[in-house]
This record gives sequence, structure tokens and C-alpha cells, in this order.
Amino acid sequence: MSTTSYQKSPYEYGFSDPEISVFKTKKGINQDVIKTISLIKNEDDKMLNFRLRAYQYFIDQPMPTWGSNLSDINFDDIFYYLKPSEKEGHTWDEVPTEIKNTYDKLGIPEAEKQYLGGVKAQYESEVIYGSLMKKLQNQGVIFCGMDEALKKYPEIVWQHFGKIVPPDDNKFASLNSAVWSGGSFIYIPKNIHVDLPLQTYFRINSQKMGQFERTLIIADEGSFVHYIEGCTAPIYSTDSLHAAVVEVFVKKNARVRYTTIQNWSTNVYNLVTKRAQVDAHGVMEWVDGNLGSKITMKYPSNILIGEGAHAEVLSVAVASGIQHLDAGAKAIHLAPNTTSRIVAKSISLNGGRSSYRGVVYISKGATNARSKVVCDALILDKKSRSDTYPANKNSESSAFIEHEATVSKIGEDQLFYLMSRGFSQNEAEAMIVNGFVEPIVKELPMEYSLELNRLINLQMEGSVA
Amino acid sequence: MIKFKNISVSVDKKSILKDITFNLKPGQITALMGPNGSGKSTIALTLAGHPNYQITSGKIILGKIDISKLPPDKRANLGIFLSNQSPVAIPGLNVKTFLWQIFKKFHPDQKMSLPEFRSWLSFEADSLGIKSELLDRSLNDGFSGGERKKMEVLQMLVSTPKYLILDEIDSGLDIDALKIISLRIQKLAQDLNTAILIITHAPKILEYLKPDQVLVLDKGQIKTSGDASLAQKIISSGFNS
Repeated sequence: MSTTSYQKSPYEYGFSDPEISVFKTKKGINQDVIKTISLIKNEDDKMLNFRLRAYQYFIDQPMPTWGSNLSDINFDDIFYYLKPSEKEGHTWDEVPTEIKNTYDKLGIPEAEKQYLGGVKAQYESEVIYGSLMKKLQNQGVIFCGMDEALKKYPEIVWQHFGKIVPPDDNKFASLNSAVWSGGSFIYIPKNIHVDLPLQTYFRINSQKMGQFERTLIIADEGSFVHYIEGCTAPIYSTDSLHAAVVEVFVKKNARVRYTTIQNWSTNVYNLVTKRAQVDAHGVMEWVDGNLGSKITMKYPSNILIGEGAHAEVLSVAVASGIQHLDAGAKAIHLAPNTTSRIVAKSISLNGGRSSYRGVVYISKGATNARSKVVCDALILDKKSRSDTYPANKNSESSAFIEHEATVSKIGEDQLFYLMSRGFSQNEAEAMIVNGFVEPIVKELPMEYSLELNRLINLQMEGSVA
Repeated sequence: MIKFKNISVSVDKKSILKDITFNLKPGQITALMGPNGSGKSTIALTLAGHPNYQITSGKIILGKIDISKLPPDKRANLGIFLSNQSPVAIPGLNVKTFLWQIFKKFHPDQKMSLPEFRSWLSFEADSLGIKSELLDRSLNDGFSGGERKKMEVLQMLVSTPKYLILDEIDSGLDIDALKIISLRIQKLAQDLNTAILIITHAPKILEYLKPDQVLVLDKGQIKTSGDASLAQKIISSGFNS
């Protein structure tokens, strides 16, 4: 019923500002670049050695041959570190005006005033702004840049840094470990419930930029936090690279919700390693919205090490045009009565491709472990594609893995039904698509569910010729 | 008025309707009867503009506009409403939100607020025997046949059509529900001077919505036409008498 074409890009965050930097490494990567980054950051030998060791792992590992096609990435044509300002501001007035204007356009200061407990803003390689509610500071909550955390809390950082995602984990985790800069460090003390979300907003502005932040979240026993990250970049004809590492420690009875609204421009390779370790009766929840990027490879993982630990991954991917979003989740059950639920929904349109790739592993001795995986794909036209690659391994006879997958197209009958109620084809398609993702969108705070719906509708605009 | 003029229709190049002509006049009720497979639903879907139903000859004229080639949304905006024989489910589309969107589409100048709309909706839903919890669910998702039909009526009350096509609205409804719904549709039609086309197998609905003209369809053609007495005759002695 519809003929589709990728006529225009509705991406609204594609504006770019003149490059602002107080320091930038030379293009490409080698030991000198890594030493320079470490020197600029005034790091001790321990971190420098960590970086150099990781660099060797990066060199030694081949490019992944599975997932998306990464052969066009030219590691010599990327800037690995760009420092945009001298220091992190704690009021927006302390942030360079051009950068503040960018965040104004993205609506961050406004969101901060209305419904966030704390905000970090990373521009290029560094966190340039940070705030945390006084009440949370008084409760002992720490929310700071990763570099600052390394200086102020070296002991707790080194106890956790690189422990769930070791520097030799995979090629892009190795690269991140070698050149990492920025990112967030969060520590929630025992039994503290942080009611308002903490948010970090990542922006890449320059061309051929690589952003390699590190995020480390430690939720101590019985605590709760909701962390949200958002990301955008200008549209360039050249490619940029975003390779982050995220480690989350969910201690006994704690609960962490980690929400991502990934909206990179379609010249960004988004290759991210995200992993959580969950202690007894802890709960880890990932709400993962993937709208942007040229290529995404991202599989939030959960290592359930304590009895009764629970992991939940809700993911939405919208792949349009040249995009290939290879997303999914992993649940590794290592203890009795652990449970996981993975719900992945993807929409492919205008020739876009989305893949679900997941692993559920239940070890021997993880008695009565339960896992449920539900993958629903919606394909809007003949040019688009969706694939599912589930890998389930159960070594425990009392445990159970359930897997459901559906692939659907927007039915002619549904479209006709809504159009016969007076809605245009675009409106009708948007209603069907928004309904499709509703089970995940409703998990978000209201502001973000509205934003996610709006972004999905924007991606669908102009899709009908 | 809608003029259905010498219409022939094909689906997948297979001819279904041949040279059908009739008029739908404001305030009048037309009953369309005929055995299974005679083409009744094809007429309904052709009127509403289903893309699979190709008009190979003839024209549909609404007022002075030729709507033969208009897409379904344009026809709906001109006042045509099809109550479907088997309404489809739209998972995740909240009923209240959907009805509010229909309301805004058809009554852009109405100053009714969302809370006012909701209380009006609750009242209408209640009078139609729709459980209030259904209004918070996904449209038709997991609804029974009868619930879906009532939901069609609720949608028509919101969109206030000029031309109403009821494709077997009576199937799936019990006697009491059929009466309630028929009387509500009758009131709507009186208020708006709506033209109604009723497709039915069962005589009961015609007791409440008394037809001004009756068309009997057979093998894609109008076999006979007449007034309400024709319907009575068919009901008592079948199509082949």
C-alpha cells in the first residue's frame, strides 16, 4: 500500500557548532597519544599502565567478524581526545557560552530544573558540567565525572574499575580502556533511594571524533537509583566513533534502572559494552532505546551472581535507511532462583536493518533459574530487514528458558481500519508503531516516554512518498 | 447524498460487483440483504475506500464530489463511517487516547476539554453497556466480538458521521445489546440526519432501524429492490421466493 523512500533526514539534532578545544591529540592512535591523554589528566602510573596494557590488547585482537560490518572504520582517521574547556562547571554560567547554547537547544538545563536529581554533560571527551541536588549530596550520594572519581576516590574506583568489563574483554572495550575519558561515576550508599533520576547527556560535536567514556555505577546494599543517558551528534559525511564501557554493581537487595535514549546521528558507529553484576535479590533493569547511529552493536549484559537476583532488559530499536542496529541482551545465571526477562522490540523501515542478538546462559547449580525472552520485530516495507540470533544454553535441569519471537508487518487491515477513521496513512502507521513499542515506552518516566514517542514519529516522518 | 452509479468492482482482478446503482439519502435507511458471498461487504468496503477493491467502472458521488478515487481517510473526513464486520485489534493503542484523537480530528473547533470529553465518553460507554475498564485497554485487543461491535458504535458517536455503513453490526450481540445499540444509532441518525446502509442477515435490527429502501443482492448484482415490506417477505420466505 505504501511506497517508501528515504527522502529527507528528520534528524533535528544534526546542527554543529565550531570546534571548541583547549587541547586535542593528533589524529590516530599510538602509545604517545595514550601517554599524552594520561599526562593531560595528570594520572598516576597505575592508570597509565592500565591504558597501555589495554592498547596492546586492542592491537592484538582482530575486528569482530560477526554482527555489523565494521570494515569501514579507519582507526587512523579519528581524533581520540579533545578537551573542550579547562574545567567542569557547576553552574551553567561556568560553561563556555557556545557549549551552554548547545545544551540549551537540547533542553538539558530545563529538564534539570524540572525533574532530575543530578546532571552531567559530556562534550567531546570531557564532562563540562555537573550538578547534584544538595539533599543527595548530604545523603552521601556521589555523582561525579569518572576522571574526578579516580582522583578523589581511588580506592573504591580501583576495586570496581575494569572488574566486570576487563581491558581484554573485546576489541572495543580494549580501545576504550586505552583512551577512555569522561563518563560518570555514581555511588549510592546503603539503603538510600534516589527518587529523581540522575542523567548524563553525551554530545559529540567535532568531525571524526571518538568518544570513549567510562561509566561506573555502584549501588550499595538496599539502595535504588535510576540513571538516564542521552546522546546526539551533528550529521557529518565523515564517521565518528562512540565506544563506551559501562559497569554496574548491584549489591544485595539493591535496584538499578539504567535508561538509554541513543539518538546519535547516522554517521556514528556506536559500539558499546554494558555489563552489570547483580548480588543476591538485587534487581538490574535496562531500558534501552536505540534510534540513532549508523551502526550500533550493544548487548546490555547481566551476570546474576547472588541467589534470587533478577535482570530485566527492555529494548527498542528503530532502524531506518542506512542504519544497522544490532542490539540485544545477555543474562548469565550463576546462582539459584535467579530470574531474567528480556523484551526486545525492533522496527525496520526505509531499508533499515535491525537484529536481535542475545545470550541466556544458566550454569549448573543455578537451580530453578528462569529466563524469558520475547523478541518482536515490525517491518514496515519490503526494503527493510530484521534478524534474530538467540543463543540459549541451559546446564541446569531444574532451570527453564522460554523464548518467543514474532515478526510482523503493518497489516493492510489495520492500516485501512485506522484510515477509515479519518487518519492519514502517516498518522495510522505512527499509531500502529507507537502501539507496538508501548509496552516499553510506558516503563519510562513521562517526559522520556513522550520524547521517545516523538523521536520515533520523527523517524517515520517523510517515510511515505 | 451518495450516488453509487453503475459501479463494478474487482478484487485481485476477479469481478465481484456488476453495475450496481443506488442512492443513500440523508435521514434514510437502506437495508442491503442477500445470501453469503453475494457482495454485500464488498459494497461496504468499496464505499469506505479499501485499497484492494478496484472500481473498474462507474462512480461514487458524494454531494457533488467524485470520491471514487479518494483514499479512506479523505472519505472519512467527508462523513463516511464504516462499522466493520470484524474490527481489527491495534495492540498498544489506548482506546481513550484513540477516541480523543478522533474527536479532535472531527471537531477541531469544539472547546471540550479532555476531562469533559472523558466524562462524556464514560456516560456513552456506560449506556452502551461497555465495561469502563475496556476504555483503558488497547483497541479491540482481546475484546469479544460483541465488545468490538460496541466499540465501533462508540467510535461512530465520536466521529458523528453523515453516512453510516453498518456491516453486520448485529452479529455477536445479544438481543438486549442489539436493542440498546440500535436505539442509540437511531438517535444519532435523527440528530445528524445521517444516511444509513445496513448490511444484515438477521431481521431483528430492522425492527429498530426501519428501512426506507431494501436492496437484495445476488451474485454481485441487485436482484430486486423495494420498501420495508420486501424485507418482511425475505425474512418470512427467504431469498429465493
